[in-house]
Amino acid sequence: MKKQHWVRVAQLADIPVRGARRLKYQGTTIALFRTVDNTVYAIGDQCPHKGGPLSQGIVHDNCVTCPLHNWVISLETGEAQGADEGQVSVYLVKIEEDTVLIDVSNHVEPEPAGIQSIPVSIS
Amino acid sequence: MMEGKEKLLIIGNGMAPGRMLEYLIAEDSNRYSIEIFNAEPRVNYNRLMLSPVLTGEKKYTDIITHDDHWYEQNNIKLHKATPIASIDTSVKTITTSKGETHEYSKLVIATGSVPFVIPVPGADLSGVMVYRDLDDVDNMIKAASGGGRAVVIGGGLLGLEAAAGLHEQGMSVTVVHLADTLMEKQLDSAAGFLLKESMSEKGIDIITGANTQQIVGSETVSAVVLEDGRQIDCELVVMAVGIKPSAGLAKDAGLDVHRGIVVDDTLLTSEKDVYALGECVEHNSVVYGLVAPLYEMAKVLASQLLQQPGQYTGSTTSAKLKVSGVDLFSAGDFLDNDRREEIVLRDAKEGIYKRLVIEGDKLCGIVLYGDTADSAWYFDLLRRGETITEFRDTLIFGQAYQGAGLVDPSAAVAALPDDAEICGCNGICKSSIVESITTHKLSTLDEVRSHTKASSSCGTCTGLVEQLMSLTLGDTYQPSAITPMCGCTGLGHDDVRRLIRTHSLQTIPAVMQTLEWSSSCGCAKCRPALNYYLVCEWPEHYKDDYQSRFINERVHANIQKDGTFSVVPRMWGGMTSADELRAIADVVDKFNVPAVKVTGGQRIDLLGIEKEQLPEVWKDLGKVGFVSGHAYAKGLRTVKTCVGDTWCRFGTQDSTGLGIRLEKTLWGSWTPAKVKLAVSGCPRNCAEATCKDIGVICVDSGYDLHFAGAAGLDIKGTEVLGHVSSEDEVVSHIAALLQMYREQGHYLERIYKWARRVGVDVVKQQIMDDESNRNQLMARFFASQKVAQVDPWEQRGKGLHAYEFAPLKATKLQVVA
Ligand code: SRM
Ligand SMILES: Cc1cc2nc3c(=O)[nH]c(=O)nc-3n(C[C@H](O)[C@H](O)[C@H](O)COP(=O)(O)OP(=O)(O)OC[C@H]3O[C@@H](n4cnc5c(N)ncnc54)[C@H](O)[C@@H]3O)c2cc1C
Ligand code: SF4
Ligand code: FES
Repeated sequence: MKKQHWVRVAQLADIPVRGARRLKYQGTTIALFRTVDNTVYAIGDQCPHKGGPLSQGIVHDNCVTCPLHNWVISLETGEAQGADEGQVSVYLVKIEEDTVLIDVSNHVEPEPAGIQSIPVSIS
Repeated sequence: MMEGKEKLLIIGNGMAPGRMLEYLIAEDSNRYSIEIFNAEPRVNYNRLMLSPVLTGEKKYTDIITHDDHWYEQNNIKLHKATPIASIDTSVKTITTSKGETHEYSKLVIATGSVPFVIPVPGADLSGVMVYRDLDDVDNMIKAASGGGRAVVIGGGLLGLEAAAGLHEQGMSVTVVHLADTLMEKQLDSAAGFLLKESMSEKGIDIITGANTQQIVGSETVSAVVLEDGRQIDCELVVMAVGIKPSAGLAKDAGLDVHRGIVVDDTLLTSEKDVYALGECVEHNSVVYGLVAPLYEMAKVLASQLLQQPGQYTGSTTSAKLKVSGVDLFSAGDFLDNDRREEIVLRDAKEGIYKRLVIEGDKLCGIVLYGDTADSAWYFDLLRRGETITEFRDTLIFGQAYQGAGLVDPSAAVAALPDDAEICGCNGICKSSIVESITTHKLSTLDEVRSHTKASSSCGTCTGLVEQLMSLTLGDTYQPSAITPMCGCTGLGHDDVRRLIRTHSLQTIPAVMQTLEWSSSCGCAKCRPALNYYLVCEWPEHYKDDYQSRFINERVHANIQKDGTFSVVPRMWGGMTSADELRAIADVVDKFNVPAVKVTGGQRIDLLGIEKEQLPEVWKDLGKVGFVSGHAYAKGLRTVKTCVGDTWCRFGTQDSTGLGIRLEKTLWGSWTPAKVKLAVSGCPRNCAEATCKDIGVICVDSGYDLHFAGAAGLDIKGTEVLGHVSSEDEVVSHIAALLQMYREQGHYLERIYKWARRVGVDVVKQQIMDDESNRNQLMARFFASQKVAQVDPWEQRGKGLHAYEFAPLKATKLQVVA
């Protein structure tokens, strides 16, 4: 199995319920969502339609509606719902003691085990 | 002690080891010589029953599970008030806090857990308590003896039971809870809402979404202060925010401890002959806080100690709240995901909410509120992983249910009291409509309209009148098809709005429960609409639901195709000044704004601004007095003007001044869709007032009022509303018109579409001819303006919702194999 690469990105309380935050990471933007039942999801922030910032959409159930042209994207699979077709990347998320971590192994070459600092910003 | 017997020592004498010993002794009472050490100075009792002790329903002696006699009879040596200070696994001994050392052949650690105390200033004051053991209950009862006020921090199972108990003891109690809904770990938001209602009805104050900042007091506690500055005076504070496993002893002894003491399927720790049991345990990364799983562990451990087979593989838990009059049950995993479907049943009259979550052909989550009669049946289906395909359609109705049946969509209307107002325009209540139908044998809508006047004015109550007709006449009456608001309800916009009013519904969950929404938290279509209807209906106390708003209204700027934002400051009536233009130029330079454009609405648009920069941009613009132009809002947008009689040789009135006055009067309140105005100084109409939502054409004798124009997706000239002779009348008539639209418009319906639906003549009549109606509308408009005219840019420049804009930084990277 591929090595997982967990990055600590936020405290749970940083993400509003039924809301989202953006995470700028190595040149791309990842959107972190928190649903009404306190599940956190992370997906690419670019809508498969025309790149709309999904983090700015309305969150309902486990989907987000893109703010530009209302495509509905599943937070779980990253797939466009209904008749629309397209998919964004999804990231594994885990929450440890209210700290939110995501697995960014698709972005980085596997590194030797250990802890190191990498500047990550979320807004 | 008999020679040769193996020595079993147990640390902690709580519910889990109590049950384990019962199993063990029932099988073989002779195998071990058993000693048990407990920090508490008493025998074993049922901790769950502390809540009835707190309410006064039970005494300590009623809840003892194992008394002194039991220990004697079973040859178990109980060391009361004897905390264990250390374990030495290399020589297999434990040492008490007094320094006595005991040897073991097998050791069980069952130290339970300890309440988590949030480290706020003042947490150590006297009068701040936790809720875990009998001493805590005794202390609470003592503190409550003089009445007084208590604050319970934490609205989970324990906190609510503590609150109900203290309330029962005569204290006035406020529960302060961090999350937006109570018991959010066990309940979805709909059930959490009902729970909040029930607790409030009991007389317990509930504040959700509240973060405790500090506890104040000199020697003893005097108040709790929340992050938003609110202060709640009290003499007693109970912290019930959660528990953490007591694993310190094990950790010091070098055992593998993560969140709890790590055990395998045989409950063995990382150390030979040392087992752990109960709330202090972590099994498969799970820590339990309820008693049922601990009993399952207890059974497995008893088998292990007797060298019999038996493995612990984890438990499915369920939760109930022991507060009288509150029936709730939750079990399993009820989070949404793509593979899952939900079945929701709501009975508003009985206060019932049931939600079943199904994955594949199996039940995986249960939330029941108000009626928990079927909880055992559902829980059993869930635990056994039974296939429910065959009775899926009727599953929600419970075990006893036979035959088909759908939730009646007119139930909400049927449930209205007789004196509920159905037609607001004519003041007609439910009973007079029903009486007319029966006494005059009415069978068509027109007959009902002419006899009762209901639904004959603006028509927004037509849906309700029709539902009353079918309720009274039965199947013989077929109401016209209403387009439902969205897939979550069978009710149309009008019906929802009128029912919000007649039922006095004040929150989105209240609407969803009372009107029997078929989804648990709505969709992207109904949530913004409901939020608007509630803002409009209860301007002064409804708390806007931020997450139900479109991004533009959330961040007060327009999102662009590339994810940046545009900023349009208000340029009152299209007038500007050197100072304003200079401030704009400075902002453009300072923030490298990529594009500056004069808009079609006589203002200046700064395009392409990064989200992070918005508050700073607004702050700079605010310095010369710029406020938000609401170019993003369903609310007042621009008021276009022409130069009017101040400059123009044809001008008849001060159209610029009037435009500015209208803009300053009308900005702020939310409307169903955007609203644009224009004021032209003469009928040449250079401000294009006759294609706006509301337009004014100045003439020599005064002002012609226009409305219901369109020049966007549709093109339509305005309708004439009427003529007035003073500026004051222009303002009062337009304010009243706007309010009528606010109260009747469907969400996203522009003024011209609303006027077409309710009738241009109805609008004219109510605004121009009916003075008292006009004055009432106007009064309601200004009441809502009082709270709405707050500049959102200024607030955000000062830091409101800073998290929405500001980047967080510096986290670490961890590589996990
Ligand atoms: C900036 C501006 C164009 C310009 O550069 O001049 C503009 C820009 C947009 N208009 Fe407009 N409209 C602008 C004047 C107009 C006008 C003319 C006017 O206001 O006098 C109209 C016709 C009158 C009307 O409102 O009906 C107009 C009719 C629309 C419509 C069609 C509305 C309809 O119901 O028919 C939309 C779509 C909508 O609202 O759903 C729209 C929507 C938009 C949006 C907000 C699209 C969107 O949702 O993102 C555009 C935002 C661009 C941006 O990022 O800033 N815009 N738009 C004008 C801003 C005026 C201002 O100062 O606030
Ligand atoms: C008020 C209240 C109401 C509850 N209601 C419910 C309910 O309705 N349903 C439900 O399922 N669960 C309920 N619970 C939770 C339930 O009581 C616990 O899950 C259960 O009691 C845990 O059992 P345990 O044996 O693991 O630990 P405990 O019962 O906590 O026992 C641990 C014992 O170990 C002692 N101890 C700790 N450290 C040492 C040491 N170093 N040396 C010696 N002794 C030590 C402690 O003093 C304590 O007596 C409730 C809990 C409380 C407090
Ligand atoms: S006309 Fe169309 S493209 Fe131009 S601003 Fe309006 S919405 Fe955008
Ligand atoms: S970019 Fe998301 S819907 Fe068009």
